[in-house]
Amino acid sequence: MNFSTSYTLSAILVMAIVTFGTRVAPFILFGKNKSTPKYIVYLGNNLPPAVIAMLIIYCLRNVSLSAFPFGLPEAIGVATVAILHIWKRNNLISIIGGTALYMMAVQFIFI
Amino acid sequence: MNLMCSLYWYLQIHLSLYNIECYNIINLSRKGGISVKKVIKAALTVTFPVMLGYISVGIAFGLLFQKSGYNFLWAAFMSLTVYSGAMQFIAINLLTSGVGLIEIALMTLFVNVRHIFYGLSFIDKFKIMGKKKLYMIFSLTDETYSLLCSSKELVGVSRNSFFFCIAFLNQLYWIIGTLIGSLAGSLITFNTKGIDFAMTALFVVIFIEQWGTYKNHIPVIIGVTSTVLSLLIFGANNLIMPSMLFITVALMIFQKQIDKGDYKIQEESGNNEF
Repeated sequence: MNFSTSYTLSAILVMAIVTFGTRVAPFILFGKNKSTPKYIVYLGNNLPPAVIAMLIIYCLRNVSLSAFPFGLPEAIGVATVAILHIWKRNNLISIIGGTALYMMAVQFIFI
Repeated sequence: MNLMCSLYWYLQIHLSLYNIECYNIINLSRKGGISVKKVIKAALTVTFPVMLGYISVGIAFGLLFQKSGYNFLWAAFMSLTVYSGAMQFIAINLLTSGVGLIEIALMTLFVNVRHIFYGLSFIDKFKIMGKKKLYMIFSLTDETYSLLCSSKELVGVSRNSFFFCIAFLNQLYWIIGTLIGSLAGSLITFNTKGIDFAMTALFVVIFIEQWGTYKNHIPVIIGVTSTVLSLLIFGANNLIMPSMLFITVALMIFQKQIDKGDYKIQEESGNNEF
């Protein structure tokens, strides 16, 4: 540890407080009203599908399509998850199947 | 590979049991008597992919933090109070170079400001959670958010304890991973490369589930377009914030097309087999 304990402690607490602040903000801003404003309800209802789509792309953001292995392991992984899920509709089978195939791809095939 | 295989069969066997269990919770809770044990079991199944992801990423964090000169107590303290994956990794750099507290506060805000959008979906749902509400807000990470979004139609009446269990287990995985990493990280020899793909897989599964749940697909198109656009304009490192802003603006612009009342969520879709 390079710096004093009190510095580290206060730095971590600052991060904790700001992080909690970002999580609690919508509840402070819109939680007090007895009925949540209509546009907030609308956003709350429709943000999830947009955000999940965003998070998928976010997970794959560092995949390079122009250099080896051209995003092939990720494509194989995502396709496996999607096919398994549409076929079996079982979350665990889809996730484990896709992850196992992806791990094999990055460990043994596209090295 | 052996590990993955045995894990797979173990889960195969237990999967059928869990399905029965989930069904039981719905019935029990309707009668008013919810077994805590069964809620935990159902939550364990739902959070399994997050467990894979959080433990492996947590190990990576613990290991790095330990190598930078901070022991397991610091690592555990941070996972307990900050509980934000991306931020904790950045924190290693900030702490070791002694960055000022104001800069740390600003950095944290930039990294985590996306959370403001997450709470919007749970203002009404958390209102009825009493004492648990504060913890639910504190623990609203990307992964917990997505699990809560996708499992709302799963357990019906016992939603509150189910939600709490999911949030609590996720943080537990994160802390356990952190501890393993800082105490024994260097002992791991099993090749875990690629295991964090479980997180991507989880999001893909939720994506497919939501595709069936929402009749209107404009939000998904907005999400994809906004993120790809931000990726092209702002690059991979500053992706989230502009995407969230694009998404919010686009959702407001296309409100009339989306909000015709036909986006309604099918509460009884019942094809979510955990």
